[in-house]
Amino acid sequence: MNLPDAKIPPGPIEKKWQTWLDQHRLVGPNNRSDSKVIVIGTGLAGASAAASLAAQGFRVESFCFQDSSRRAHSIAAQGGINAAKDYANEGDSVRRLFHDTMKGGDFRSREANVWRLAELSENIIDQAVAQGVPFNREYGGQLATRSFGGVLVQRTFYSRGQTGQQLLLGAYSALQHQVASGNAVVHDRHEMLDLVLVDGQARGVIVRNLVTGEIERHAADAVILASGGYTNVYYLSTNAMGSNVTAAWRAHRHGALMANPCYTQIHPTCIPQSGEYQSKLTLMSESLRNDGRVWVPRKPGDDRAPTDIPDQERYYYLEERYPAFGNLAPRDIASRAAKVVCDDGLGVGGTGRGVYLDFRDAIAERGHDVIEGRYGNLFEMYENITGDNPYETPMMIYPAPHYAMGGLWVDYELQTTIPGLFAIGEANFSDHGANRLGASALMQTLADGYFIAPHTVAHYLTGDREPVSTSDSAFEQAEDAVESHITRLMDVDGTTAAQVFHREMGNVMLDNCGMARNAEGLERALTEIRAIKRDFWSDLRVDPGRDEFNQSLEYANRVSDFLELGELMCVDALRREESCGGHFREEHQTPDGEALRDDDRFAKVTAWEYRGEQGDPVPHDEPLTFENVKLATRSYK
Amino acid sequence: MKFKLEIWRQFETGEEGHFETFEVDGIDPEASFLEMLDQLNERLTGEKRRTVAFDSDCREGICGSCSLVIDDTPHGPRQVTSCQTYMRDFEDGSTIRVEPFRSTSFPVIRDLVTDRGALDRVIQAGGYTGATTGPQPEPNSMPVAPEVQERAMDAAICIGCGACVAACPNGSAMLFTGAKVTHLNLLPQGQPERANRAIAMVDQMDQEGFGGCTNFGECSRVCPQEISLDVIGMLNREYRRGRLGKRPKDPPAMRAQ
Ligand SMILES: Cc1cc2nc3c(=O)[nH]c(=O)nc-3n(C[C@H](O)[C@H](O)[C@H](O)COP(=O)(O)OP(=O)(O)OC[C@H]3O[C@@H](n4cnc5c(N)ncnc54)[C@H](O)[C@@H]3O)c2cc1C
Ligand code: FES
Repeated sequence: MNLPDAKIPPGPIEKKWQTWLDQHRLVGPNNRSDSKVIVIGTGLAGASAAASLAAQGFRVESFCFQDSSRRAHSIAAQGGINAAKDYANEGDSVRRLFHDTMKGGDFRSREANVWRLAELSENIIDQAVAQGVPFNREYGGQLATRSFGGVLVQRTFYSRGQTGQQLLLGAYSALQHQVASGNAVVHDRHEMLDLVLVDGQARGVIVRNLVTGEIERHAADAVILASGGYTNVYYLSTNAMGSNVTAAWRAHRHGALMANPCYTQIHPTCIPQSGEYQSKLTLMSESLRNDGRVWVPRKPGDDRAPTDIPDQERYYYLEERYPAFGNLAPRDIASRAAKVVCDDGLGVGGTGRGVYLDFRDAIAERGHDVIEGRYGNLFEMYENITGDNPYETPMMIYPAPHYAMGGLWVDYELQTTIPGLFAIGEANFSDHGANRLGASALMQTLADGYFIAPHTVAHYLTGDREPVSTSDSAFEQAEDAVESHITRLMDVDGTTAAQVFHREMGNVMLDNCGMARNAEGLERALTEIRAIKRDFWSDLRVDPGRDEFNQSLEYANRVSDFLELGELMCVDALRREESCGGHFREEHQTPDGEALRDDDRFAKVTAWEYRGEQGDPVPHDEPLTFENVKLATRSYK
Repeated sequence: MKFKLEIWRQFETGEEGHFETFEVDGIDPEASFLEMLDQLNERLTGEKRRTVAFDSDCREGICGSCSLVIDDTPHGPRQVTSCQTYMRDFEDGSTIRVEPFRSTSFPVIRDLVTDRGALDRVIQAGGYTGATTGPQPEPNSMPVAPEVQERAMDAAICIGCGACVAACPNGSAMLFTGAKVTHLNLLPQGQPERANRAIAMVDQMDQEGFGGCTNFGECSRVCPQEISLDVIGMLNREYRRGRLGKRPKDPPAMRAQ
């Protein structure tokens, strides 16, 4: 198998998307209801795509595993969404947003995609406002903006600390409007367990009704995966409990290539772990670094209360090491810096795995009320969880797994290597290279869902296809495969909950394929994951009863896919013998500990082909070319 | 810490349920209520007993999935979501009763899991602006005073958990519906559908079997987002205005309070 052409339109980068739009094929308004599109996921990407396609007149069937489409993980995004509107009159532009995103991603993303993302960013804000998203406003009634890490402008729009919630409720309400109009159907509490291919094209899905346990067949003319990211492979992460890789992984098993799976983001500002029983980690928005200063005591083991440590005995390591960006250094750099000071014994808190994020100076300078206006709900959340009041004592934070830059390989049309199968939002690999900048995920999910997929999927639908029915043999085979996987899970009949295996694997992944990686650790991780996998298949226990509501079966099924993904991540991390963005190979660093890329060998995307449970995955490379940015060592000093 | 738990067990919708008692021990005071239930489930799995079903996803108080009645109060003692409730808030050795959200409009699916689809259908009746995807006006051409944005946001932060319904002696969803109507009707973008929104959503509420509001105020007292009873006043006003066929006043966007 060869990697298909990425279908990047010719011409100057500013014109590519318009060129594509001008030339794509259209489905006439009267014919649209002849085509059906399945959308897996109702997060920002899925809800926006489903609502947009339904409004155009296509029949849309959308699926999510939560009890309502309003609860997708996107709801938890806090800090904001980027757009190159230059409301702050700083000389911001599409080109600057493009440049920041390319550099932020450590030059490991496709120029044409990133440019289009920057270009569409402005429309997203307009769209959201029209849906009634209450973004924060300045005194004159104009939209307010703030800064996020890795940039020198204020281009982040926000609704207090609940931007994801407000954007998702906007997309959700647009989708509900389409449901009311009869153009869309939402199946909640339904989980996709397999993709159905007919003549090599994606023509449907097999889903499990999570309430009745019934296995259902759904046919369509195209399938969009908007199933989110896979960071729960680390067990503890900032993602919602249910976030998983199953939809993407089952597509991968059918031939959709998985690109750059080792690119994951460990977010610098999360509440540190406090015990074994813990089920997830809570993010404290990056926006806090606009006003909070990050430090550790200069003296190892200094156990004074933070407020008793005088300034000259505090090590403001981000400000010292990266004077130009200071506390707003990008995430990969800020996380690694925290790890380094903790490795050096300067960490604080019970486990020594914590650093301070201090608002003392901001409160003194701007006043309690201003800080409360900006971060009130985050401070409350922090106090609720830890019992400490951040107005009086610094927050304690530590990096935590947060986001997957890797994902299903897609071309410029967001189509995977399977014709008729599209991947959007965090589920694809497209725009963030080896490190995503803050407030750019929301931007990408909505660019994909509102403005790209509705056109590229429609374009695909003009092609030739035979009619299919759910009684075709392809559906039968796929259903059989799903049934036998469930049987396999239920038949182990051991004594250990899936959670236990998940936790073990998460620890292995975090230690060896997290903020720092090396060949020896990755090899060891591979051995350990294989051992956990063996234990899983010999001692797993799920509740009996497949034809009924069964949460332990849902969970075990997801863990079975994480175990396979974990292996692929380590294989990918081993092969990429360079450091870039969130992928830091300890063998490849500059004398002062910064990431050392190898552009000659690795200025490329690696997309992996599945070769069966026993076979070795096969890598395919897509070279990256840079005509609009200068490949440079990324510096935030 | 250790606790005695009386947990509602119900195999499926329509079946009669009962309380089952469990003891848990060695619970960290910093564990959340749901993490305590995770630990119980991990143990039950080892003992080859059926685990306790409950909903959760974000576990940070924003998705609205978690929905436990803890000691007779939706979400428990602290007016935060069930997932944000910590064991340090309970007395060591105490007995805690755990039930699903109770409402005729929320049938129990299993144990502590209910079907809250009725709330989605109330939104389908009118909880949106008519804007479909496509070119939209430049936002700054329609300024919104920060005070108005703040009021809209205070209502828009509803997480749709349904605790208000579970707390109300009448099983009313007025706080939920009022929050959406307040959010949209305050903003200039919500004006085109304003005349009909409250009526359509209230009619749907009635069809779903939610009760009427007789001003107990329990809903707001348990709301983890602290949504104020004012939104019910707004809903009533907007409903009457719609019924009387009065033209809404001009968009309030730039009128400060
Ligand atoms: C705590 C937190 C804060 C964040 N803050 C920001 C921020 O401020 N700015 C920013 O830009 N980004 C932020 N991010 C990142 C951003 O929120 C996510 O990347 C983004 O929301 C992902 O959206 P999505 O639509 O791709 O997927 P999701 O929102 O994860 O949705 C996935 C959907 O797929 C469904 N699904 C999955 N698998 C299946 C299956 N097998 N069958 C059926 N349905 C399935 C789920 O039910 C769900 O509806 C944050 C992330 C976290 C965790
Ligand atoms: S689990 Fe999301 S609000 Fe509790």
